[in-house]
Amino acid sequence: MSIAAETESAPLLQARSLRFARNEEEIFGPLDFSLHPGDVVLIEGDNGSGKTTLLKVLSGLLEAKSGSVLLHGAPLTLAKLSHQVALLGHLLGLKLELSALENLRFATGMGGIRSGITPQLALASVGLEGFEDAPLRTLSAGQRKRVALARLLLVPAALWLLDEPYANLDRGGIDLVNRLLDHHARRGGAALITSHGAYAFTSGTPRRIPLRATA
Amino acid sequence: MKPGTASAACIALLRRDLLLVWRRRGDALNPLLFAIIVVALFPFALGPETTVLARIAAGTIFVAVLLAMLLSLDALFRSDLEDGSLEQLVLSPHPLSLLLGCKILVHWSTTALPLIVVAPLLAQLLQLPAQVLPVLLAALALATPLLSLIGAVCVALTVGMRRSGMLLTLLVLPLIVPALIFGAGACNAAQDGFAYAAPLLWLGAWLAMAAILAPLAAAAALRISLT
Amino acid sequence: MNPLLLWFHKLGSPPYFYRFAGRWLPWLYAIALVTGAIGFYGGLALAPADYQQGDSFRIMYVHVPCAWMSLFAYLFMAANGFVALVWRIKLSEILAMASAPIGAAFTFVTLVTGSLWGKPTWGTWWTWDARLTSELVLLFLYFGVIGLYHAIEDRRQAARAAAFLALVGIVNLPIVHYSVIWWNTLHQGSTVSFLGPSKISADMLWPLLTVAFATHVYFFASLFARARVALLELESGKDWVRGLLPATEAAHG
Repeated sequence: MSIAAETESAPLLQARSLRFARNEEEIFGPLDFSLHPGDVVLIEGDNGSGKTTLLKVLSGLLEAKSGSVLLHGAPLTLAKLSHQVALLGHLLGLKLELSALENLRFATGMGGIRSGITPQLALASVGLEGFEDAPLRTLSAGQRKRVALARLLLVPAALWLLDEPYANLDRGGIDLVNRLLDHHARRGGAALITSHGAYAFTSGTPRRIPLRATA
Repeated sequence: MKPGTASAACIALLRRDLLLVWRRRGDALNPLLFAIIVVALFPFALGPETTVLARIAAGTIFVAVLLAMLLSLDALFRSDLEDGSLEQLVLSPHPLSLLLGCKILVHWSTTALPLIVVAPLLAQLLQLPAQVLPVLLAALALATPLLSLIGAVCVALTVGMRRSGMLLTLLVLPLIVPALIFGAGACNAAQDGFAYAAPLLWLGAWLAMAAILAPLAAAAALRISLT
Repeated sequence: MNPLLLWFHKLGSPPYFYRFAGRWLPWLYAIALVTGAIGFYGGLALAPADYQQGDSFRIMYVHVPCAWMSLFAYLFMAANGFVALVWRIKLSEILAMASAPIGAAFTFVTLVTGSLWGKPTWGTWWTWDARLTSELVLLFLYFGVIGLYHAIEDRRQAARAAAFLALVGIVNLPIVHYSVIWWNTLHQGSTVSFLGPSKISADMLWPLLTVAFATHVYFFASLFARARVALLELESGKDWVRGLLPATEAAHG
């Protein structure tokens, strides 16, 4: 299952015969793929096929059983992540007691900020103008997800790892995710997103990596 | 300060956590009330006799403060785990031990510091002789950070569990016994007119060691619990 | 590779260790039983009565070896925990966790015999003597490790977390020890110590050392037995465990 797309430039992210096992039970693998700047790749698989686990392995949160993950050609370790990877998981990592703006300011304090953007601008571009100072508790699930998307815009990470980014979003929100992905790809970023297949891209045809539960 | 540097990250984390405590300031008062109530129970149990109360004052206050802090420890990483912030913290490019050190600092300053501030009141309730009070405050100032630091390591080990309260007590208490012995012991020595510098110096030395090792250990423990 | 290192390397593989431990197990039990019997005979029958304590000192032959073992087992657990965390050797995780209940049992026996000994010596079942107090804290440390190990579902993660706790405990143990000694002098003055190593006579000493040897051998026998069971559980899906099945069925049927 290798997707050979070798070009001259070192891939942003490369997985080499990557396997993961939990308690000796194989979850996925071996996987071989690489992501170049401008790539948006969709990981498809049923529930339990290990999509979330794969993202956690790629971000360094979990350790692979064998194989390697290379970031810009260098082996990935948590210590060397250095602002290059942004992960958006099922749990958004936002504080409900704080406002959208406070959450985003914290994120930029931790992860740095792209040039030419402010938290206010980012919130406006995900359609949350006027919700800057409302505590997140008062926002809907879809609006909270948009705040998390605004965080992706702010933080200078070249690689986005998005776990089910379309979940909880209305049609406008799905369009928004696609626009953000498009924009990110054109800027030279790359994204790896998971989906159990219920949502389709509205623009373009992304590369797909099918993931099947290894029984 | 340039966003994205380690010091900016620490400041952002400190500011966010303090803000969170402020937004839930009602919860933050609970350890304080707990300690006051526990201390107030002792005269009911032992009778209001001044000599009896003065005898047990320092030890009782120490136990009450340590238990109050222990109750609040459980929440150190809980909300961060539940909303995914902990994952983001681990993924951040900054040293995890440094970030955890900030969280420990917030825990200490929002639970232990208020307890130290009300310690003179508790001392009054139990008729602690006035000349022992400075020793009590010094001992608390040295012993409470130890509990925050060592407690954080144990919380990091139990972070994935749904009900960790009792287990956490079992893990923390044996490790913290020396803090109680030296802290309350220094007060008792001062009360009896003995030298009390040695136990305080022991606490100080131990605190210096823990301040360096505990955040590193907490980071390692958290990585074990999250994988 | 150096042959000793090679042997250690081989020992780290679960099937090899399973067979190795199985071969040694009856021998270890036998050695522990025989040396233990000799030691107890020497201690309870041959050794002269103490001029101060009479016959009650003889409980020392249980108490002191158990106290030594309670520390030895903790050190063994922490050392294996260290190996497990640094080199991720599965067998070390299992050995560390298998030694925890054995060590806790030795600690418990130490406390019970200490209390039994305290009654005729001090006239009370429990004194906050420095050594007994340290043993009590040690027992709590063991309980913490065992409790943590059983509270986490994933066996390997549980072993790693508990091993880490054991290491934290070992850093803390000297501080506990010194704090208890200081506390003891503050409150009681110097207590009567059970025995100074210098004042024990040779015909009292050799049975003690023999029993101590027996408890060490027993520790490893018990450890091997526990580790074998834990290995079978952890590796139940592996081929080498399946391979054991027909053989045992044949042996039983």
